[in-house]
Amino acid sequence: MTSAVSFQKVSRHFGSVRAVDAVDLDIVPGEFFAMLGPSGSGKTTCLRLIAGFEQPTSGSISIFGERAEGVPPYRRNVNTVFQDYALFPHLNVLDNVAYGLMVKGVGKAGRHKAAEEALSLVRLPGYGARRPGQLSGGQRQRVALARALVNQPKVLLLDEPLGALDLKLRENMQEELKSLQKALGITFVFVTHDQGEALSMADRVAVFNDGRIMQIGTPEDIYQRPRTRFVADFVGSSNVLPPDFVQRYSGQHCWGSLRPESIRVSRAASGEGVAARLVSTNYLGATTRLALDADGLKLHAVVPAGTALPAEGEAVVLTFNREHLHLMDEPA
Amino acid sequence: MSVDATMPRATAPAILPGSGGMRGALSDLFWRRPQLLLLLMLLPPVLWLGIVYIGSLFALLAQSFFSIDEFSGLINRQFTLKTYGDLLQAANLDIILRTVTMAALVTLASAIVAFPIAYYAARYARGRWKALFYLGVMLPLWSSYLVKIYAWKLILAKEGILTWLFAKLHVLWLLDAWLALPVVGGNSLSVSFTGTFIVFVYVWLPFMILPVQASLERVPGNLVEASSDLGASPGQTFRNVLFPLALPGIVAGSIFTFSLTLGDYIIPQIIGTSRLFIGQAVYSQQGTAGNIPLAAAFTVVPIVIMGFYLWGAKRMGAFDAL
Repeated sequence: MTSAVSFQKVSRHFGSVRAVDAVDLDIVPGEFFAMLGPSGSGKTTCLRLIAGFEQPTSGSISIFGERAEGVPPYRRNVNTVFQDYALFPHLNVLDNVAYGLMVKGVGKAGRHKAAEEALSLVRLPGYGARRPGQLSGGQRQRVALARALVNQPKVLLLDEPLGALDLKLRENMQEELKSLQKALGITFVFVTHDQGEALSMADRVAVFNDGRIMQIGTPEDIYQRPRTRFVADFVGSSNVLPPDFVQRYSGQHCWGSLRPESIRVSRAASGEGVAARLVSTNYLGATTRLALDADGLKLHAVVPAGTALPAEGEAVVLTFNREHLHLMDEPA
Repeated sequence: MSVDATMPRATAPAILPGSGGMRGALSDLFWRRPQLLLLLMLLPPVLWLGIVYIGSLFALLAQSFFSIDEFSGLINRQFTLKTYGDLLQAANLDIILRTVTMAALVTLASAIVAFPIAYYAARYARGRWKALFYLGVMLPLWSSYLVKIYAWKLILAKEGILTWLFAKLHVLWLLDAWLALPVVGGNSLSVSFTGTFIVFVYVWLPFMILPVQASLERVPGNLVEASSDLGASPGQTFRNVLFPLALPGIVAGSIFTFSLTLGDYIIPQIIGTSRLFIGQAVYSQQGTAGNIPLAAAFTVVPIVIMGFYLWGAKRMGAFDAL
């Protein structure tokens, strides 16, 4: 099967900055693919390479088997939902959505009908006559989505589309995007720096750092079995354990990771485990996050709210299940 | 975290004493009554604009409703439309038509020349290149208007550098053919309407470039990308996104180029034919002819034209993107 998007040794350099550095990537048709990484990690540049706003310095890109280098954005059947939506301020909502059809020469009646349908799809029917300036952030986001979907793209690119929304709206949109993607069967490529968003929405996640892909896998893979210290730390802020520590518990001399929720914290008197000191507690609502110091090694644990806790500064003992200790590929 | 122990926390009062004196009292008063400060700041410019500026304009307008006694040359201070009737004489209508045509052509040419320059400055020029752009656009404004016009007279003259350049490029026939045309032609560029047009465009160009550049600067770059992403070719993006969003700037610029051309009397005096433009007509009516009412009526023409122009621009939606 041909990939929806395929990168072979793709690099994009800006002067001496390697924004994207020899990236190999295969996105399966119909999947919800997330590119996750901190800002400046090259994920947005990858998206812009697919859209055609950037050209690779080297390497080759193909979209559904067709070579894409040197092809301008307007000849790619790929549409983008921009981070700040990029709605045309001088056009009303209907004409914004119908824009792609208008430049393709679709007649007024036809394109307005299609735009109206696209607006219904994103649950904004009857908003056509308004100006983008009269809409809320969440509504603008839906218009941007409708404007991209009306063209029935082969690949839909979303650049941090939920970044500007408040928490409640973001959660709603996550579910909606996910079900929309399932219903339409279009390949979605989603860029985000929010690991929770990537894990909850994507079929597969690529974790970026410094212009390279650190790991590609299902959300569970990425979360449970990080391959490098960076992935362990960035995705869900795992505790990264040094080789000496890991050797004591697994017998292998390599870097390990341990999820904060896998650590149990009890008072020092209660027996064997890792001796530590409780540095501080951070109430987060459903959970409480504990900062711990095990003989110089800084660790975090997350416990359900309401758990009886030792006082800050008190000596504690940490225990965990051996199978929760994940060994990473990264050499010691 | 620890609080710095040396901070004199206990001794500092919660509310600081006023600085005392007139200035302290005034500062406090203005803070409590910001409208008072606003009023004081606005009073001088409002008086200037209202009385000196608009007031004298109305005095002028009023004069256009007076008439002149043709025998005595005295001004008859009775309201009448007779002067406006004089304005409609063929010779005077000719002047108006000539000036408006010139102003429209100068505006159109300025917009066409200014757009690429403004686009480059707004989209691509950064740092030093941007400074250079501003310098390049503003520099001509720093030198005397008269010097520039006389310089152009030399450039455009039959013995001037332009004729020489055409000759060197072996295309003198092209220039001669153009000068042989009726209306726009003449003995040389410096005594033709073409020359007047070139110098008008040169002198007013900065007034078009700057507002267009400002309006393009406000167009987010991702709108151009979005248009391209949605399948629009560069030409379609220009027509459907860039041009409509730059239109308020173009209209603002055209207000300058149009009205400045309508009122100017020096450029057509020095460069061009002996046929008059509105500015020259005003100059000669109020000076040598002593016909202040007719001069005033001529002055009203650009005001009325600009009024209609703005009304039309607004109806066409030129300000929708503001």
